[in-house]
Amino acid sequence: MAKNIYEKIWDAHVVHSEPGKDTILYIDRHFVHEVTSPQAFEGLRLAGRKVRRPDLTFATMDHNIPTTDRSQPIADPMSKQQVETLENNCREFGVACFNMKDRRNGIVHVIGPELGLTVPGATIVCGDSHTSTHGAFGALAFGIGTSEVEHVLATQTLLQKESKTMEIRVTGKLPVGITAKDVILAIIGKIGTAGGTGYVIEYTGNVIRDLSMEGRMTVCNMTIEAGARAGLISPDEKTFEYLKDREYLRGGKPWEELVQQWKAWASDPGCRYDTVVELKAEDIEPQVTWGTSPGMVTGISSKTPVLAELSDENVRQSAAKALKYMGLKEGMPISGITINKMFLGSCTNGRIEDLRAAAKLVKGYKVHSKVELALVVPGSWQVKQQAEKEGLDKIFTAAGFEWREAGCSMCLAMNADVLNPGDRCASTSNRNFEGRQGKDGRTHLVSPAMAVAAAIKGHFVDIRDWKFN
Amino acid sequence: MKPFTTLTGIVAPLEAQNVDTDQIIPKQFLKRIERTGYENFLFFDWRFKNDGTPNPDFEMNAPRYRGASILLAKDNFGCGSSREHAPWALNDFGIRCILAPSYADIFYNNCFNNGMAPLILPGSVIQQLFDEVRAAAGYKLTVDLASQTITKPDGSTISFDLDPFKKHCLLNGLDQIGLTLVHEDKIAAYEKAHAV
Repeated sequence: MAKNIYEKIWDAHVVHSEPGKDTILYIDRHFVHEVTSPQAFEGLRLAGRKVRRPDLTFATMDHNIPTTDRSQPIADPMSKQQVETLENNCREFGVACFNMKDRRNGIVHVIGPELGLTVPGATIVCGDSHTSTHGAFGALAFGIGTSEVEHVLATQTLLQKESKTMEIRVTGKLPVGITAKDVILAIIGKIGTAGGTGYVIEYTGNVIRDLSMEGRMTVCNMTIEAGARAGLISPDEKTFEYLKDREYLRGGKPWEELVQQWKAWASDPGCRYDTVVELKAEDIEPQVTWGTSPGMVTGISSKTPVLAELSDENVRQSAAKALKYMGLKEGMPISGITINKMFLGSCTNGRIEDLRAAAKLVKGYKVHSKVELALVVPGSWQVKQQAEKEGLDKIFTAAGFEWREAGCSMCLAMNADVLNPGDRCASTSNRNFEGRQGKDGRTHLVSPAMAVAAAIKGHFVDIRDWKFN
Repeated sequence: MKPFTTLTGIVAPLEAQNVDTDQIIPKQFLKRIERTGYENFLFFDWRFKNDGTPNPDFEMNAPRYRGASILLAKDNFGCGSSREHAPWALNDFGIRCILAPSYADIFYNNCFNNGMAPLILPGSVIQQLFDEVRAAAGYKLTVDLASQTITKPDGSTISFDLDPFKKHCLLNGLDQIGLTLVHEDKIAAYEKAHAV
């Protein structure tokens, strides 16, 4: 029988199942970071348990670390303690830890693929909801809580129920200037932030096939914002090309053998899904969120909602609350929204392709005088090195952008990169929740190109009309 | 883990859809390395004003909801990040059971792993409960997990669905790692067969 990729990966990882109970599923890769792991390691210690497979477990620090001078100690004592706790736990339990001075360091969802730890057909978990990113490689990857982190550390398995499957098919011709970020924001706008709850999503269609691996990661990354824990894309030649010669794939199985194995994970022709959603690429324009949930999104040529036009009482209430928090009027043009901060980075859009696309627009321009801070934060040490090799850092700094060290930074503002109350930020990150980037800060989610264009013009503009220098 | 069998408690209403885990507990409180002590951080930005005093506009702050152990919520409760600090904060505050029409997947699982019962009721039933809770100070419900019923102050009952395995684990306070390790031989056999 024809199977989709999720069914194939699930079936291949069942360790034990019995009626009336959750299935024990084997986990191939476990990524660990400093915020959601200390209590899990402590749990192991209290129960006298070991990490079952330290060789399949990889730790990095990303959420708390400063993006400024790394030769200085971390100023915040609690962040410092959390980072040191991770290093100590990794040492005690024999887990590889990419600390701030390691050239493998970076945001967990950037370094997994970059190092060749993320591969097709693997089951991958991490105590972080954006683990869905790794699905871009045809891996079944999802976020878990700290109790589950402890479960995986102790057993290398998870107790799981099989999910329903949803195919999201994006077809047609993606207009010039429309990016992967716009595609996923448009998908969330269409199905809603709970539209994928209970499902694993597979993204298909020629538009998805045409995306680069970086673009595919952006799409899969925000799957959780549509309510689904995991989003996958069947592997193809692009996937294999990206992975070729990555650090953790060197010296292992012969390349051709690996590729043959990986190919077999792709969904079979004629496979079935529980639900199918279709999107036409021609209908997608550059997206900007106006509210406090990623589903509160619209096109650049559009306006904020008019409350009287919203028929559902709950939707109207939520929109009114969001507009109030965001300090926006109903029915106002999106292009009329001015910003005073900009953040380019995160596990959604902190990869080399994102920086290249942004730098292309920035060339020859300056950050607008009313924009007080425009941060560019690479997703990893390697991304930073590559960008500097290409001279992208110089383009950004010449235009008045700040060029920082890698990390999660202002996506969730656990380090010193925080919005002040009332700040309005064009951000390439994934969440525009109240206070996400700082208490009473206002976040508008956009693509890298849209973010830097807003930083230069001082308000949102349609990048399809951009004059490149 | 403490078993969850029955619970009688005050019900506190939270009038918002899509309550995300950043609202349940903001990120500045995720820097701690302990598993408990999060009660004062629950709904922090909504509960407290900038000067640290309780925000009188936040409904749950009303004295009538003090000591609540059941939270009445709306659709897609707990969306966003995987932070287990969210159920920890609710649990530390005293909330042992949540009633809502739907939950985000990761948050939902995290609750069970802390011996808490996030129960799903139809939207119309939830709306009715919101009205009843607001109409009568000291409104209490009794949740009985074994019979899968919630009893109202007037003696009428609401039944709810729950996955049998999740119910079994809650009722017996089972440690999931312990449950899985019963099958340790199967894990070892899988590793051998798949050369992992």
